[in-house]
Amino acid sequence: MSETKTETSLKGVKNLAALTGNEAVAQALRQINPDVIAAYPITPATEIVQIFSTYVSDGLVNTEFVAVESEHSAMSATIGASAAGARAMTATSSQGLALMWEMLYIASGLRRPIVMPVVNRALSSPINIHCDHSDTMGARDAGWLHIFSEDAQEAYDNTIQAIRISEHPDIQLPTMVTMDGFIISHGMEVVKMLDDDVVRDFVGTYKPDTYLLDVDKPVTMGGLDFTDFYFEHRRQLAEPMEAAPGVVKQIGEEYGKLTGRKFGLYEGYMLDDADYVMVLLGSTAGTAKTIIPELRAKGIKAGLLKLRMFRPFPADEIADAAGRAKKIVVMDRAEGFNAVGGPLCAEVKAALYGKSRAEVVNAVYGLGGRDLGPDLARAAFDLSGPGVIHLGVRG
Amino acid sequence: MPARKYLRPERLPTYWCPGCGDGLVVKELAGAFGDLGMDASNTVLVSGIGCAARAPGYFLLESVHGLHGRAVPIAEGIKTARPELNVVIFSGDGDLLGIGCNHLVHASRRDTDLTVVLIDNQIYGMTGGQKSPTTALGVKTLTSPDGNTDRPVDCQALVKAHGSFYARATTFHLPLLGKALRAALTHRGFAVVDVRSQCPVNFGKRLGFKNAYEMLMHFKKAYRPVAGEVDRLGPGEIGITR
Repeated sequence: MSETKTETSLKGVKNLAALTGNEAVAQALRQINPDVIAAYPITPATEIVQIFSTYVSDGLVNTEFVAVESEHSAMSATIGASAAGARAMTATSSQGLALMWEMLYIASGLRRPIVMPVVNRALSSPINIHCDHSDTMGARDAGWLHIFSEDAQEAYDNTIQAIRISEHPDIQLPTMVTMDGFIISHGMEVVKMLDDDVVRDFVGTYKPDTYLLDVDKPVTMGGLDFTDFYFEHRRQLAEPMEAAPGVVKQIGEEYGKLTGRKFGLYEGYMLDDADYVMVLLGSTAGTAKTIIPELRAKGIKAGLLKLRMFRPFPADEIADAAGRAKKIVVMDRAEGFNAVGGPLCAEVKAALYGKSRAEVVNAVYGLGGRDLGPDLARAAFDLSGPGVIHLGVRG
Repeated sequence: MPARKYLRPERLPTYWCPGCGDGLVVKELAGAFGDLGMDASNTVLVSGIGCAARAPGYFLLESVHGLHGRAVPIAEGIKTARPELNVVIFSGDGDLLGIGCNHLVHASRRDTDLTVVLIDNQIYGMTGGQKSPTTALGVKTLTSPDGNTDRPVDCQALVKAHGSFYARATTFHLPLLGKALRAALTHRGFAVVDVRSQCPVNFGKRLGFKNAYEMLMHFKKAYRPVAGEVDRLGPGEIGITR
């Protein structure tokens, strides 16, 4: 069995495991030991729940695993399980997330603290199984928290922390933890795992505030809500997003003490004195971190702002951290189809409004898994001008 | 070979794994087109997602490669706008009987004049071998390592519930498959040809079948052709119902 290499009794350096992103997240799920997982296969996320199903059959977890007939049913069953008081999870990608769309809003509207790993993949049509961020960008206003991961380690760490963030009394909202399809999900790297008991202590036992069939406190979930109260309930749904940055930082600090790693709303790399800042999400941060020292060696003060949280959007932090740069290059791995720019750039520009005089340049790159090598990433720093630039596209 | 003009031999070899049954179904369908002298300029193929859904790419015909589970409603849209077209769907068990199962039920209620070629390998093959809606009870797959506990979908019962055309064949019984395809293509109304097919790489090997040959020999033993047209096919029977 694959889990023998990550025996729970092993300490320190022996907790290093060679894992793909999918395997790392499956291990995180095993350690979280949720009550229910309902899922449907979709490349490149299939392995997460498939590996998990072997943990179920081997008795390593207490989870009820349901192989449902579609992602719409997967999210529906997860919501139902959560409403019944269970810690319920699922995982998906691309079209699977798209098929869940209406249920995503039910999950947040019913304040279900569901955590869902999402492996970022392009949307059809034409069909493509490789990485871009179009799928989760389409779900960006669904009342879910979005946490992006740079590598398998972060996908593992973020999945564990997301349980605490979602279930925090001030939040009570679902969270999607994303990682780049194939680049992270299928790329193997050394992951530092925590001991099982450490993770189980950290996530604790889920104690829902309200749940169905609690005879002492009967509730109706998702009742009819017209002009009388709908507006108030929607405003209530927006409020936890304001509390989320503080909660994310607090839980990141707590988890950081266990691991020695740091978790904030974003990661700055050579950012403090940077004149030229690249803003991006996900695995491309690794590419940026290899070229920025080269540029620094040539006297170009380049830096990186890698966002960890995309929802809620850390607007103030971005303005504080990058506002004094001369130029900010925003890298979007999704097309906005709005004749203006990508979704990340729109958010960054709004964050900087009135707070920065930096030239903001927008590059859309890497759609459908198109690789962004060091040469193109270097070239991105030289881009200028208004409007969206499609980087690395032919013709 | 009259079937050849419906195919794109330059696309060969197919992308399917060695021993896959999908190629046999492509060949039989092209043969049925040839036997019926069907007009290639008047025939459209529609598919969803999955291994079977790649089949239209090997035909020299107009085709739509849609979305997982949605081949039937897309085909209904085409047929509604252009009733003179022959509209043929390629689908798999996950596509037609799982994620898109409600469309099958409702298209058969409407008796839309479509031909559905269902390649049923009883597994999610493209994603590596997870249990599907037709995986038999007790069978071990990647997502049912202790054996499947969910009862398989009865495709015939769904289709016959509204009196639609249903035929069952296997990739071993190719003459019967050809006959069933011809009957379905000439049937006016909703017609489903349910083809038991083999996935040696992501399913058969784990069940103890050494190769595709052994799976085909299993089909030979496990399925019994029924002569003529019957009301219903029993378990293990293959043939044509009307």
